[in-house]
Amino acid sequence: MFSYLFSFDSGILTYVSFLITNIAIYAMLGLGLNLQWGFTGLINFGVAGFVAVGAYATVVLSMTGLPLVVSMVAGGLVAAIFGLGLGIATLRLREDYLAIVTIGAAELVRLVVNNESLVDGKPGAIGINGFPLPLANFRPDIFTRYGMALMLTGVFGLSLWKLGHWCRRRLVSIRDAKNKVWITAVSVLGALVIVRADVVTTIAMLNFKDNQVVNGLLFCSVLMAALVFLLVETLVRSPWGRVLKAIREDEEVAKALGKNVFSYKLQSLMIGGFITGIAGAFYAWQQSNVYPDNFKSDLTFNVWILMVLGGAGSNPGVAIGAAIFWIYTTLTRDLSKLLPMVPTSQIDAFRMVFIGLLLIGLMVWRPQGLLGNRDELTLGK
Amino acid sequence: MSAILSATGLVKSFGGVQAVDRADLEVISGSITGLIGPNGAGKTTFFNLLSNFITPDDGIVQFKGDRIDKLQPHRIARKGMVRTFQVARALSRLSVLENLLLATQNQTGETFWNVWTQPKRIALEEKQSRDRAMEILDSIGLIQKANDYAGGLSGGQRKLLEIGRAMMTKPELILLDEPAAGVNPTLINQICEYIQYWNRQGVSFLIIEHNMDVIMGLCDRVWVLAEGRNLAVGTPEEIQTNAKVLEAYLGA
Repeated sequence: MFSYLFSFDSGILTYVSFLITNIAIYAMLGLGLNLQWGFTGLINFGVAGFVAVGAYATVVLSMTGLPLVVSMVAGGLVAAIFGLGLGIATLRLREDYLAIVTIGAAELVRLVVNNESLVDGKPGAIGINGFPLPLANFRPDIFTRYGMALMLTGVFGLSLWKLGHWCRRRLVSIRDAKNKVWITAVSVLGALVIVRADVVTTIAMLNFKDNQVVNGLLFCSVLMAALVFLLVETLVRSPWGRVLKAIREDEEVAKALGKNVFSYKLQSLMIGGFITGIAGAFYAWQQSNVYPDNFKSDLTFNVWILMVLGGAGSNPGVAIGAAIFWIYTTLTRDLSKLLPMVPTSQIDAFRMVFIGLLLIGLMVWRPQGLLGNRDELTLGK
Repeated sequence: MSAILSATGLVKSFGGVQAVDRADLEVISGSITGLIGPNGAGKTTFFNLLSNFITPDDGIVQFKGDRIDKLQPHRIARKGMVRTFQVARALSRLSVLENLLLATQNQTGETFWNVWTQPKRIALEEKQSRDRAMEILDSIGLIQKANDYAGGLSGGQRKLLEIGRAMMTKPELILLDEPAAGVNPTLINQICEYIQYWNRQGVSFLIIEHNMDVIMGLCDRVWVLAEGRNLAVGTPEEIQTNAKVLEAYLGA
């Protein structure tokens, strides 16, 4: 298992690249949901629907010849409109109804793409493949490759700096030794992971031509995730973000102070949906074949898990939750090799059980997730 | 002496219960007006009807001459009439300062597109808003708590927060729902002083209260509601000696 952190074997490197790409994509999914739930308090159990809308819209449009960037933005816009429709239909009802309807809406999307033939008259259930992938035909010269490696290093360098900041701040404000040890351990581990990610991506960029599809997607998804992160952080610190948080806390007060709560909830659904839709495009590119079955409700709940794991209402927390979720998946996939006598289906089931137990344990002993604030959590209305 | 707020013939029933039954009310501009009545008389429901948090079944509400009974609650707040809540509702996971900053009206930064296109103007407005908020916090004695979570405030402090937040909106009329409920006598005096201070600066008040000392000390005029209907109206002295009122209150 340490080979993931230290080995330079090409098979391992490719796998870690795949891992980083997945973390970036799932982080984006989490950031979209976090805007809706963590900051506005809207229960969206239809994340898979938003992802599917973004994925299918992007893929179908790109196959008509539209440039990838335009298709991706269009995918995001369609997902935003999906959010708009959802919101208008449900936001005047009580919050549990929004939750129920979102589940139904996601299933609706899945069934539509399953039954409709969106491309070439082929039945939807077969899925779509053969669509253009980002940077798949890109042949960067040595300078461009260094530039790309530098850009990614910039992203990881910034993350490392932020980690150091957080670690220092927490060590100052925390008194008891046990917590200090926990914070230090977490920070060291985090730093290790970030540095490792930087090493792997740098190697990948410098050897871009070895696997253009994988490396192209790696580059694009890490940069996109970083961009989305910066944008969402700017939003939540703005007065606009403050209104969302107020709605989360008590929407009657927001109304009494002159805020159009209905409009802001719609905006939250739409912007969060836009982000999720864009992440959906990457999700499709990652799979390189889009099947309706890729968008079942377990996608929704995986995103919820990683958001809650890292601390809902915290954007860095979501990113970390995504990392932990995928690292966990990686570490446990080797379980089947360690226990060859147990059939893989049982191992998979056991992994699910274990993550469920982990969540329960988290809720009992550390409900704020990894990065949440315990005091904040106990503040009632 | 014009009325800043007038309600005529307001009616509201919930199922079979007639909560408000053709009730009227008028607040003279610049005054502090009281609304009293026994428990269950329909006072808070009346407030909700005035601010359209609950839609009236019938009746007219006018604010500064314009009809507002069909307007959405947030639009009424923007027009200059702000209501507070009976149980003080602090936005717990925001800081005390943020609670007040939220209340500023016409913020450029609250529009999504402006966040990206007008950062400088937003930064300037935030600074001005912050200065004003700190002033208000200072005047109500909460400045030490400015950066603490509002959820950590005591009950009395939350009351002050409600009022401070209402003041941040630069309102013309504030509807206060039981500002002295569950508050210690010293703080009650303070709250009354603030109300008078802001009233001298031109803000009108409509106050629901059970505390007769507060009503007597503050109000120019008092309306009495019982069983959802108008019972009496007059100066505090007149109300105190009105036989029907005394009967309804049974000596309250």
